[in-house]
Amino acid sequence: MSSQFVWFRNFKDVLSSGSWLQSAIFTAVFSFLVAFLSIAISLFLAVRADEVVRGAKSYKTLLMWGYAIAPPVAGLLGTMLFNPLMGDLYILLNSLGFEFNHIENANDATFVVTLIAVWKQVSVNFIFFLSGLQGIPKSVTEAATLDCKSAERRFWTITFPLLAPTTFFLMVINLTYAFFETFGIIDVSTKGSPGGSTATLVYKVYVDGFLGADLGGSSAQSVLLMIMVSVLTVFQFRFIERKVHY
Amino acid sequence: MFRKTLMAAAAVLAFGSTANAATEITWWHAMDGRLGEVVDQITADFNASQDEYHLVAVNKGGYEDTMTAGIAAFRAKNQPNIIQIFDAGAATIINAKGAVKPVQDIMEADGGSFDINDYIPGVRYFYADSEGKMIGLPFNSSTPLLYFNKDALAKAGVEAPKTWQDFEDIAPKLKDAGYEGLAQSHSPWIFFENFMSRHNLQMATANNGYDSTDVKILYNNDALKDHWKHVKAWKDAGYYGYYGRAWGANQDAFLQQKSAMWIGSSGSFGGLKKSAQFEFGTSTLPYWKGVGDAPKSTFIGGAALFAFSGHSAEQDAGVAEFFQFLTKPETQYYWHKETGYVPITNAAYELAKKDGYYKESPDAEVGIQQLSEEGGEWTKGYRLGFYVQIREVIYREVDKMMNGEATIDEAFATIEEEGNGLLKRFHDTYN
Repeated sequence: MSSQFVWFRNFKDVLSSGSWLQSAIFTAVFSFLVAFLSIAISLFLAVRADEVVRGAKSYKTLLMWGYAIAPPVAGLLGTMLFNPLMGDLYILLNSLGFEFNHIENANDATFVVTLIAVWKQVSVNFIFFLSGLQGIPKSVTEAATLDCKSAERRFWTITFPLLAPTTFFLMVINLTYAFFETFGIIDVSTKGSPGGSTATLVYKVYVDGFLGADLGGSSAQSVLLMIMVSVLTVFQFRFIERKVHY
Repeated sequence: MFRKTLMAAAAVLAFGSTANAATEITWWHAMDGRLGEVVDQITADFNASQDEYHLVAVNKGGYEDTMTAGIAAFRAKNQPNIIQIFDAGAATIINAKGAVKPVQDIMEADGGSFDINDYIPGVRYFYADSEGKMIGLPFNSSTPLLYFNKDALAKAGVEAPKTWQDFEDIAPKLKDAGYEGLAQSHSPWIFFENFMSRHNLQMATANNGYDSTDVKILYNNDALKDHWKHVKAWKDAGYYGYYGRAWGANQDAFLQQKSAMWIGSSGSFGGLKKSAQFEFGTSTLPYWKGVGDAPKSTFIGGAALFAFSGHSAEQDAGVAEFFQFLTKPETQYYWHKETGYVPITNAAYELAKKDGYYKESPDAEVGIQQLSEEGGEWTKGYRLGFYVQIREVIYREVDKMMNGEATIDEAFATIEEEGNGLLKRFHDTYN
């Protein structure tokens, strides 16, 4: 409640703490996994759904369904599916012989939060990719079909480059999602355990500041986080957007 | 929670106009669910008992949320009259100079009587300063207890363990009967803090932190490390179940009859009674015979009520009035019976005994008996800054000990190092 001016000591403490570093590394890995997987899976689903002729509407509606679910709810669903005493997925994975235990194993816990976060985000990406696909002129795809027999090759040379603006937009959005919005999922499912291995930087800011009442340390972490996200955004726009053709 | 806030706000508006003579006092608390209902009932009873003051109780979420909200409000000079702060956060609020008025001063200023010896020994000094003056009024007080599945123990032909040596004898038999011996829901509270108290071991320098904020934590000791080496061995042998840091997950193992015994809070009793599909009993927290001078009484857990400073004398008088009401034997007995938390005054304990409550449900008395066991030099409590984060470090290192990522010695070295780092930061911030 009282405060002292300590120059940069809070920053020094944060940067020299092992748990912050662990959290920063986890955040980087987690964000990459979530962004990459959710974009890849939703692109695959969107391309497939776009080709469907009969019952296309039902497929599309079902795939968009998840968009309406809030992150904490997704987290709760995941927690129940992975409950060690009665979770269906937990029991399934173990009966397949995986020795799966996200309570104790850091990699397994990372798998659980990544799975929930990706699942939650796929439907959002799906909507954007689907509208992107529908924005590609029929004439272009038809002309390509005459020139090239391989559907896979047509996808990589025609469709994917034309979707590049959408993909870039989704990459920015998904990284932000993985950085900030997955908070609800982590708070409900693992709370950063085991051993702090699934605590993102945002979650750590919350734990130290709002639960631990260490306002100085938590504020220093927020500032560092802001700098990191700014640098990342500048990087994205300067280096990756150049490769995007609108 | 939001609905409750709204209802409280509506109540303020509704009563504010009609009863403008009454002085309004606000109370921020962290009790929800059934506990919140009991708090609301006590508030309503207090308001009905007199017409000079009007108390408004507002639920602010969990313990941590309530504390953070209180700090923010105090900084904005908009603090409530009364705030509920939990055990691990006590140092933060007590060390903030001038933030709270000692309960003892407030109650005496009103012309009311106050005698610290009216309170049961286990809760008396936990929220007091180093001179023994009570700063926070213990409110919901609980202590760790052992719950056991009677069917499971009968099946294995064993008795509930008094000591950890007993546990080592019966665990293999329970395993043969198809049960994991034990699970436990709060490693920092049960297997760290109360381990020290139960064995009368010093937890931190400077009189467990009461005398100064310049303290060092003393967890890295052989007795505690030895205990955890046993816990790890039990886990590896299938005698001990570890379901992570979540309270509920470990309790579920007991409720679903996977674990034959479970250590939780004396306040868990009511909830267990509702959801357990089997007969269960209650016993005191086991100890290692021959370690320290066990058995000594345990610490209280739970929370206390603090009176924020910066309010008018009139409002402070209202706070005193409410504290008098709250510590009345009848109110305490009601609270004890409805929630399972222990009564905090001797008079309330006597009343419960006289009323025959413990004949009806003897398990309800185990907690208070344990708190009334003989105390030692190091059983009155602890006062450590940033203790919420130290608990986080402990949770983290327990995970690592249990999954084998760190050895017991490594984990305790980390707890000591990071704990002392946090204590130093707290000392530098608050001095």
